[in-house]
Amino acid sequence: MMSQLPSVVIVDDHRIFRTGVRAELADLVEVVGEAESVEEAVRLIAEARPDVVLLDVHMPGGGGSEVIRQATEVRPDQRFLALSVSDAPEDVIAVVRAGARGYVTKTITGPELAEAVRRVRDGDAVFSPRLAGFVLDAFADSLPADQVDPELDQLTAREREVLRYIARGYLYKEIAHRLGISAKTVEAHVSSVLRKLQLSNRHELSRWAVTRRLVD
Amino acid sequence: MIDAPANKHLQRDPANGVVAGVCAGIARRLGIDPVIPRAGFVVVAIGTSGIGCLAYLLLWAVLPSQAGEPSPGNGRRRGSWRIATGVGLLALSVVLAFRQLGVWWSDALVWPLVLAAFGVALLWSLTRPAPEEAPDEAPAEAVAERERRARRSREAAGRLSIAGFGVALVLGAGLLFLWANGVLDAAGDAALAALVVIVGLGLVLAPLWWRFARRLAAERAERIRSQERAEVAAHLHDSVLQTLALVQRRAEDPSDVARLARRQERELRAWLAGGRPLAPEERLADALRAAAVEIEETRGAPIEVVVVGDCALDERLEALVGATREALTNAAKFAADGGMIRLYAEVEEDRVRSFVDDRGDGFDPDRVPPDRRGLRESIVGRIERHGGHAEVRSRPGHGTEVEMTMGRNSR
Repeated sequence: MMSQLPSVVIVDDHRIFRTGVRAELADLVEVVGEAESVEEAVRLIAEARPDVVLLDVHMPGGGGSEVIRQATEVRPDQRFLALSVSDAPEDVIAVVRAGARGYVTKTITGPELAEAVRRVRDGDAVFSPRLAGFVLDAFADSLPADQVDPELDQLTAREREVLRYIARGYLYKEIAHRLGISAKTVEAHVSSVLRKLQLSNRHELSRWAVTRRLVD
Repeated sequence: MIDAPANKHLQRDPANGVVAGVCAGIARRLGIDPVIPRAGFVVVAIGTSGIGCLAYLLLWAVLPSQAGEPSPGNGRRRGSWRIATGVGLLALSVVLAFRQLGVWWSDALVWPLVLAAFGVALLWSLTRPAPEEAPDEAPAEAVAERERRARRSREAAGRLSIAGFGVALVLGAGLLFLWANGVLDAAGDAALAALVVIVGLGLVLAPLWWRFARRLAAERAERIRSQERAEVAAHLHDSVLQTLALVQRRAEDPSDVARLARRQERELRAWLAGGRPLAPEERLADALRAAAVEIEETRGAPIEVVVVGDCALDERLEALVGATREALTNAAKFAADGGMIRLYAEVEEDRVRSFVDDRGDGFDPDRVPPDRRGLRESIVGRIERHGGHAEVRSRPGHGTEVEMTMGRNSR
């Protein structure tokens, strides 16, 4: 089952882009459908039941977040990988908190994207270097102890370390090698960070992060 | 002569009318001079002791207003005064008609009513849309624009004084009515008097206020919109269109095209993100980004920059930026085939760390080629002279990483 090609639905309102992604992923994943609107995507996901939905963040009618919201009502375990031209913190936060298990930018190469799809299919999280940097930024300052849920509102030293390597463009197995831990453990750390990103209500992460950027 | 408005082509012609354009509309429909229906109308109104005026009001309400096409030479709307006078006279005749018919309360009502009708008409006529500028009056030049603005503000001032007069009239009418009924004499009825005045004031001001507010908002929104449009257009022209032109001319050189595209992408992103210009003289993050941009442009190697946190530059951090620039130059020079070069920097409580990673061929640090020793000196040496620490790690076939750490004064 792990060796099987992951099945993928591509959701993007630009046909050129869908075609490009399909061509790049040609032999690496099995593309079972394309959709260009929120409604079409929701219907297609329910029918085709793909392993992973490749999801554009910016689309008319609510964008990727809306697709996730509606599709998970039908398929609660559906996995999403967000794909965007933008690395703006508010975009990242919105779609990750809606439930995407990863976020990569459209400059990613075909093989890297296929690897990211496989990882999301297997339940892991995928962070782009800039997303890693942003998460480090968002969790940077220490809050007063009485306002902190240590389970959700702070990163462990190890998680920070892993994120730093991701921000520097290292692959999981390279990170594992550098830290002397297994690749599975690296994945567990990233998944834990993803969970914190999705569930922490640290000052309403998105708004806070945006103003922080502006203030700095 | 007052037919039911069965003919669907019968319309009021407010642009040419005296009061509401009923007679002008009839004249236009029949192809006769408007003076004829007007004269006929006055005759009928007098002959029927004012009941004709009721018919006029009815027609005013029923007939649709004709859109546009004012006859030449009479393009301007007639003034609020004429409408108000007309309405005042109409009110007078309606009142007289009622008295003639025996439906009557008190003569004390007549003048206040007429005055109030006059004032209200004055005010409500102001709430019609302002005269549109004829197209030929709207040239693009700034001078004309200024003139138009000046005229508009003159008109606004004029309208305001008319409005003030209208308000005074309505209030005066209310007071006259109260005085005529002896209400003002009775101190006990002061509350009632105040109430009448307030209600009158509210009636008068509500549409005026609403209209002014709406028009102000609309004007502001339109101004902002057109300013933004102009800014976007200017920006796209200076950046994207220029780049596209360059790309077309350099189409045979892929690396040039890639560099142009990347630079344009970066500019566009910065602009979309709020357009704050970099301040590389002051802030660490900006200084690092500017260094990466510069090397990307001169060397043509793609560099991805991730900076966590930010702080002001001091002498030590300037040394860190300088060393980082060297490391990036180094990577761009010797590891350009390795794809993306990555710069990661993080501002911590008491130190700043900066990492430059490439996926080039790497080298054996024990057998550094002589031409690279100098560069290592200018990285490691420079950092250490400022009390920091730098390490260059590389293995043949595994790329190179440079880690630089510099202490900082946390406030």
